Amino acid sequence: MGIHVNDVKQWLFKTNSRMQEEKAYLTALDQAIGDGDHGINMARGFQEVAIKLEKTAYTDIGSLLQDTGMVLLSKVGGASGPLFGTAFMKAAMVCKGKTEATTADLGAALQEAVNGIKLRGKAEVGSKTMLDVWEPVAQYVQEHAEQLSWSALNDLARLSMEKTKEMEAKKGRAAYLGPRSVGHLDPGSVSTYYLMEALCTTMNRSGEPA
Amino acid sequence: MKKLVNHPEAVVREMLEGMVLAHPHIVKQVEGTTVLVRTHAPIQGKVGLVSGGGSGHEPSHAGFVGTGMLDGAVAGEVFTSPTPDQVLEAIKAVNGGKGVLLIIKNYSGDLMNFEMAGELAEAEGIPVRKVIVNDDVAVEDSLYTTGRRGIAGTIFVHKIAGALAESGASLEEVERVANKVIQQVRSMGMALTPCTIPAAGTPGFSIGENEMEIGMGIHGEPGIERIAIAPADDVATTLVNHVLEDMKLTSGDRVAVLINGLGGTPLMELYIVNRKVAALLQDQGIQIHDTYVGEYMTSLEMAGCSVTLLKLDDELTELLDAPAQTIAWKKERRNPSGDTRE
Repeated sequence: MGIHVNDVKQWLFKTNSRMQEEKAYLTALDQAIGDGDHGINMARGFQEVAIKLEKTAYTDIGSLLQDTGMVLLSKVGGASGPLFGTAFMKAAMVCKGKTEATTADLGAALQEAVNGIKLRGKAEVGSKTMLDVWEPVAQYVQEHAEQLSWSALNDLARLSMEKTKEMEAKKGRAAYLGPRSVGHLDPGSVSTYYLMEALCTTMNRSGEPA
Repeated sequence: MKKLVNHPEAVVREMLEGMVLAHPHIVKQVEGTTVLVRTHAPIQGKVGLVSGGGSGHEPSHAGFVGTGMLDGAVAGEVFTSPTPDQVLEAIKAVNGGKGVLLIIKNYSGDLMNFEMAGELAEAEGIPVRKVIVNDDVAVEDSLYTTGRRGIAGTIFVHKIAGALAESGASLEEVERVANKVIQQVRSMGMALTPCTIPAAGTPGFSIGENEMEIGMGIHGEPGIERIAIAPADDVATTLVNHVLEDMKLTSGDRVAVLINGLGGTPLMELYIVNRKVAALLQDQGIQIHDTYVGEYMTSLEMAGCSVTLLKLDDELTELLDAPAQTIAWKKERRNPSGDTRE
């Protein structure tokens, strides 16, 4: 089943709702190992994305994702702004001109997003960053593009997010804590999980067990 | 937590408006942005200097915009790096045809946002160079991590690079001297209390009533150790020892000293710290060229301080002593006998 431009819009509206609901939780996670602004910034950024998408009619997934990236880049701030902004803008290039994307397109778009995040953040998997959710998700979608189970993808995203708890931070502000960062979830991985969770719940309309 | 604000979401905008109203002869706001630049920006034929970062560190950075220091400062949300579009506006507003130097404190967010802005500016044909300040010795320096943080030592980079830029030097020259300062400046801080981001409403961390954190960063990042509260002399000794261990100064070396308050510590206490810092340096035969005591790089209402030492040579001394007219740093030319005329 294809991913229609309206699905993408619904996905981002749902993501915004999740960011608003979890604003205080994300901020609390960041207070533990960062500087305590992650929820505030993500909620502000996705709120602006929702406003932009509400008043714009799209037929091109690429331009929808490009606008999303630009809004995040200019409204989130901190490290998350350039990282999420870059991810969406890279993904936009893959989806340029498409009103409906295949799961193979989604896999390619996620991979481009991962490449963009790595380049911008100069990070690799295993450093307790958002990449620890982005990369396994991108890989899974590419490997299972033929028959993608959204509920399985959601489970993988959640497990990947939960695994950051036991990691020691090497990048970002949590890295200053060194070993003391172990035992805390990475806030950027948690917000990335909400993004993926919103994607899976939006697309999981085939009635397969959640 | 009590704060003297109107709306937590509006603190940055309202602060900037108040700053411009207080100092219209020094700074102006680039319309529709969180950028403050010199009233007469851009200055033709001069390298433009832009710094910035999250708000909550006032007077950094807009307080150092003015003749002899920065040309522009970009204010992000509280403790949040400003976005690339805002930094780009600052670069464009201060470009006087000789290029722009970005002075960035070493945090992942600041690096990414300023780098992206620099790429956008270069695409528009403005030459841009960047320097990264990482003076905080409380953090292990490593290629494999984010590395050392930029804290109060950044002010010396603003001052010295600003003075050289004011003399008409090229972008490469200004970049060189900025990097020289970065190599010669080291700092370490400590905190007695946490601070509260207005939009968060609760403190980001806690420090027990009888505890202090040695090496704490300016956003409340953890330091080297959490210890029982100790007298000012002991704290000053710890901070100076850590800085000296990293700098390897020897008898006869000349330094500038900066005792920086984090926002919630009275000048009285900062002077008490300085008294001990000066004595420790004198014991080691280190010559103090000049001392600055006050609030330069704060952390909202956090109580605590940082100690910064800048190793001077003739070039840096002359540039440090050069005149400057900003909101938070004003200096007339120092005459050879050493007294400063204000």
